[in-house]
Amino acid sequence: MATIHIDGKTYEVDGSDNLLQACLSLGLDVPYFCWHPSLGSVGSCRQCAVTQYNDENDKRGRLVMSCMAPVQDNMWISVEDEEAKKFRASVVEWLMTNHPHDCPVCEEGGHCHLQDMTVMTGHNKRRYRFTKRTHQNQELGPFVAHEMNRCIACYRCVRYYKDYAGGTDLGVYGAHDNVYFGRVEDGVLESEFSGNLTEVCPTGVFTDKTHSERYNRKWDMQFAPSICHGCSTGCNISPGERYGELRRIENRFNGEVNQYFLCDRGRFGYGYVNRTDRPRQVLLDGQALSIDTAFARLSDRLKARRLVGIGSPRASLESNHALKELVGAENFSTGLTQSEQELLELTLDILQNGPLPTSTLRDVEAHDAVFVLGEDLTQTAPRIALAVRQAAKGKATEIAAGMKIQDWHALAVKNVAQNALYPVFIASTQETRLDDVADTLHAAPADLARFGFAVAHFIDNTAPVVTGLSNEVLAQAQSLALSLLAARRPLLVAGSSLGSRAILEAAANIAKALKNREKAASISLVVPEANSLGLALLGGKPLESVLDLSTADALFVLENDLYRRLDAQRVDEALSKVSTLVVLDHQQTETLKKAQFVLPAATFAEADGTLVSQEGRAQRFFQVFDPTFYKPGDQVRESWRWLHGLSSALKGQAIDWTLLDHATEACAAAVPALAGIRDAAPKASFRIKGLKLAREPLRYSGRTAMRAKINVHEPRIPQDQDTAFAFSMEGYSGTQELRQQIPFAWAPGWNSPSAWNKFQDEVGGHLRAGDPGVRLIEPSGADSHWFSVCAAYQPEAGRFISVPVHHIFGSGEMSALTPVMQSRIPAPYAVVSSEDAERLGLKDGAQVQLRSDTQSLTVTLNLSTQLQPGLIGLPVGISAIPVKAGLVIDAIEECVQ
Amino acid sequence: MTLASFGPINSSARQEQTHPLTWRLRADGEPVWLDEYRQKNGYAAARKALLEMAQADIVQQVKDSGLKGRGGAGFPTGVKWGLMPADDSITTRYLLCNADEMEPNTWKDRMLMEQLPHQLIEGMLISARALKTYRGYIFLRGEYVDAARNLNRAIDEAKAAGLLGKNILGTGFDFELFVHTGAGRYICGEETALINSLEGRRANPRAKPPFPAAAGVWGKPTCVNNVETLNNVPAIVLNGVDWYKSLARPGSEDMGTKLMGFSGKVKTPGIWEVPFGISARELFEDFAGGMRDGYTLKCWQPGGAGTGFLLPEHLEASMYAGGIGKVGTRMGTGLALAVDTSINMVSLLRNMEEFFARESCGWCTPCRDGLPWNVKILRALEKGQGEPGDIELLEHLVRSCGPGKTFCAHAPGAVEPLGSAIKYFRAEFEAGLA
Repeated sequence: MATIHIDGKTYEVDGSDNLLQACLSLGLDVPYFCWHPSLGSVGSCRQCAVTQYNDENDKRGRLVMSCMAPVQDNMWISVEDEEAKKFRASVVEWLMTNHPHDCPVCEEGGHCHLQDMTVMTGHNKRRYRFTKRTHQNQELGPFVAHEMNRCIACYRCVRYYKDYAGGTDLGVYGAHDNVYFGRVEDGVLESEFSGNLTEVCPTGVFTDKTHSERYNRKWDMQFAPSICHGCSTGCNISPGERYGELRRIENRFNGEVNQYFLCDRGRFGYGYVNRTDRPRQVLLDGQALSIDTAFARLSDRLKARRLVGIGSPRASLESNHALKELVGAENFSTGLTQSEQELLELTLDILQNGPLPTSTLRDVEAHDAVFVLGEDLTQTAPRIALAVRQAAKGKATEIAAGMKIQDWHALAVKNVAQNALYPVFIASTQETRLDDVADTLHAAPADLARFGFAVAHFIDNTAPVVTGLSNEVLAQAQSLALSLLAARRPLLVAGSSLGSRAILEAAANIAKALKNREKAASISLVVPEANSLGLALLGGKPLESVLDLSTADALFVLENDLYRRLDAQRVDEALSKVSTLVVLDHQQTETLKKAQFVLPAATFAEADGTLVSQEGRAQRFFQVFDPTFYKPGDQVRESWRWLHGLSSALKGQAIDWTLLDHATEACAAAVPALAGIRDAAPKASFRIKGLKLAREPLRYSGRTAMRAKINVHEPRIPQDQDTAFAFSMEGYSGTQELRQQIPFAWAPGWNSPSAWNKFQDEVGGHLRAGDPGVRLIEPSGADSHWFSVCAAYQPEAGRFISVPVHHIFGSGEMSALTPVMQSRIPAPYAVVSSEDAERLGLKDGAQVQLRSDTQSLTVTLNLSTQLQPGLIGLPVGISAIPVKAGLVIDAIEECVQ
Repeated sequence: MTLASFGPINSSARQEQTHPLTWRLRADGEPVWLDEYRQKNGYAAARKALLEMAQADIVQQVKDSGLKGRGGAGFPTGVKWGLMPADDSITTRYLLCNADEMEPNTWKDRMLMEQLPHQLIEGMLISARALKTYRGYIFLRGEYVDAARNLNRAIDEAKAAGLLGKNILGTGFDFELFVHTGAGRYICGEETALINSLEGRRANPRAKPPFPAAAGVWGKPTCVNNVETLNNVPAIVLNGVDWYKSLARPGSEDMGTKLMGFSGKVKTPGIWEVPFGISARELFEDFAGGMRDGYTLKCWQPGGAGTGFLLPEHLEASMYAGGIGKVGTRMGTGLALAVDTSINMVSLLRNMEEFFARESCGWCTPCRDGLPWNVKILRALEKGQGEPGDIELLEHLVRSCGPGKTFCAHAPGAVEPLGSAIKYFRAEFEAGLA
């Protein structure tokens, strides 16, 4: 701590900060550009100048850049000093000599940090009368638009893209007033985290291209605090809506989870919400029905039948629980296959009963050795990959600290560290996009597990020994074990993406071994979908065990496409028997197409609910908009509402869940492990100063006109009974009162994402009201057993065993339905080892036919020097390949041209 | 290479005791190679430093001598050396020679490197020994092709003679020396930008602290000294502190001799090794011979384009940091420029400011966007298209690009001549108003 005096007032601040961060954390408005809480200080823009005095008697003082000035005890500072103010106005004036003043046509307008800072400094009159420099823009792919003329050369983009996210294809070129930020040539930005450029850029150089097609200002959008459904990480998002369409997703700051950054799947993969082919009406055998008629007909059909329900890891806890209540626990399936469910249950068992705590996403960054076993994180849980990258770079801060260089002094840290990294080891089937910060081992899944078992043994020799490993692999395992033991806080990351139980068992052994050696270690296990862990906590039967159906049964399928999980034959067979198939979904899945009854389900944007992330964090997502406001006949409802309504109708009871809270409470009451979800967010009755929370910014415009093309009579705006939020700009939207659930980042004078400053305890730290979400899982610490070592991988002559290959773009079921994503999704392919290809006389890029006992597929063949012979990598979720781990391919034959 | 490049220095009278930097120059201007250099007592200082002196004693001697950096900033060399870590466990350290001489109107390092390459090598060898650095780089301005050739040949000679490389003079001391030619940016003369450039990065200056002595090239302790500075070291080691201190004129706070010069429309433009503390008038009249017939001195800059303009009456000032400081600017590199009355100050400044604006690295806002604005206003004034308020705006830009406001000293240096030109010749600027 340090005491500093600013403009005559005395403050206590964190003494390890720089002065800018300290001032901002105190709520003082000091303008800045090049500084960013996650990127640190470089002192280039000179915008944050303040006056520093030698002592209380010094009246002259001197300008210092607050971002580069370490906070010192008894420091005398003025932000309001005239000379400092004049200088800060000069800086904006300089920036404006080249900035085009194209705010009216600029998509950054209205959430632009440059606009805010310009207003803040008071620069409002142009003295510069000469020409502006101009640049050519680049085509950077489907996600990010580029308009270099707006650039103010703050260097944040390259510092984020290269230094933070590890990208290599965005750079800075040129010099003097002709610096250019872009790629060497036009082309798709390679980083999986490119979308963050749109928020890192303080002005409109990098903007969200997916928003561009259907653009509107931030102040004209309606928002809700939401949770990304793209993977199991549970990043917090702020989706914006206008006219019943989702228009953009921005990061929502959660100091324990994603902080400032999202991945591109999460940010740009929302287009499925807006698809025009979504089911929006209740259908009975293809006939549209009113909701009342539908309920009556459905009740008739369901009476005296056994109801079977298939849940989903992409549906909320409330919806899954509503289905479970409707059909009864004995008839409820998680919707996961036997093998998926076993992996998930083992995962949960390791987290609940294992020895190590699971790491929050932010805490991942604080570890000093990371072992990633079997996961290609960039593809399966991308935001965790970005966090692991920061963990590796923690070494630089440690080295710098040894030289008394503060962690925020970004370039100095980089200079002294010279790319030094904490140890990261990735054991995977093929190359990953984190390999540049890691040592690697590539092997078949079973051998990855054996490597993991060996590491466990080298950590703690009471762990089972692995025999038959090569000396080279043993040496790698030993050296990895030593570096994990040498670390202050080692982190183990594993998961189920390869479909390997042995990998999870090996992870459990490593966890136990680390605990036995008394390491302050953590574990992070990746699960397949947004609510996989929630579903595991809720419990249910595997899919196969409820598919043994008879014609007397009625089957409910909740937001789950069974064709993605089981062979088409098996699903067809099961579905053909039931006369009443009820499918609740928001997309035209293959399963939905088979339904007699379609109940149009809400996506995350139209629904409230609770998810449990891979960390075990229960987080609530809130409805962004009410679709019926624009489409009065729209019948889209939350699945839990459909299911509870039906349940009540069948029982002849009045509907007793009228609020989300009732649905949440019912779930929490029924499942002790889920009791904590009640506290994941405030209840519907929550008010600040007697007000609901506004979903719309104060300046939301057109409310009385936007519906005029439907009807000139303006209806009452939708009333949100379910939550504490209002579909309105009326309501609390300030920063003074504590609130965790923030629909959009805005504070007076702060319209850009920098407004998060105003909600945080310390800028870049945590929300003042506490970071959203409740952790449901703490390890019992009970002594677990050792898992025994699995058998080594044995290639089988003439056959190929499939391994799943995950893709950030394509493997996520919903994001893959997003039109803008299509060009980033690889075409159907299979990958085999170069050795196998040579043996079969197949070349890279050949069109081949794959045959298994049940199916035949035509794909492009890719070759890998890393994949083990006998394996065939098949991309998950890419159309035409319903891939399961361990699928046997009997033959690969070149297609005759 | 011609004698005319450097003026009459090769033919002037020079003695070892009074001209430690230049006494070895040949009359014909040809480089002094190893044999001749040795005949002229070359490497005797290195021999003394390596064989007879403790490392700390060398540092102390340089500190005591009062030697200051000759690159323009005048930072005490001994103090800079003293910043290098005492911790002997840090074995990777670097000595860099800043030979990126790009200050307009400054060409003293060029002469030393072209004609006395071994004197720099000897200076670096002694310095390396003192600083415990085992590797050195001469960061050389790319256009100095003759210097590059001569330095490389001299390094080869020294290596062959056991004066560079492993186990130098049987002391067990290793020192490898490399010439690195820059790609031609003025900013590379800023020592931290030089370090970035040497590492292959953009030549942006680095924030200090950490200073290069703590974290320099590739994050290791690094000492960066100018060519002329390092050329001073052998004589200090050989002849001692008292001798060195006796070189400057009484009254000078700076010690030793300095390569100073005058160019412009003077009778004999050139550089000379002169004691600190001589008056500018002596330099201008006695050495440069005053203005050429038909030209009248209008103003002058004491040491490079980045120093302020002074009037003829300021010629009485003493040529050392404090002496020039008294009349309102900096000594700079010591190579002065005479501006005659035929030259319009707006045009001169437009030309200079174009250079400085172009050479901005583009890192910090005042320099990147402020300097080009100066240029545009000056161009307008030059064409008689100035508008009311332009001069005040220039003055504002000069103030707001001044020391402490920018990331490095580039912009303050760039606006110093402009500020002084407006101060002394405001009417010429006002004449450009439409």
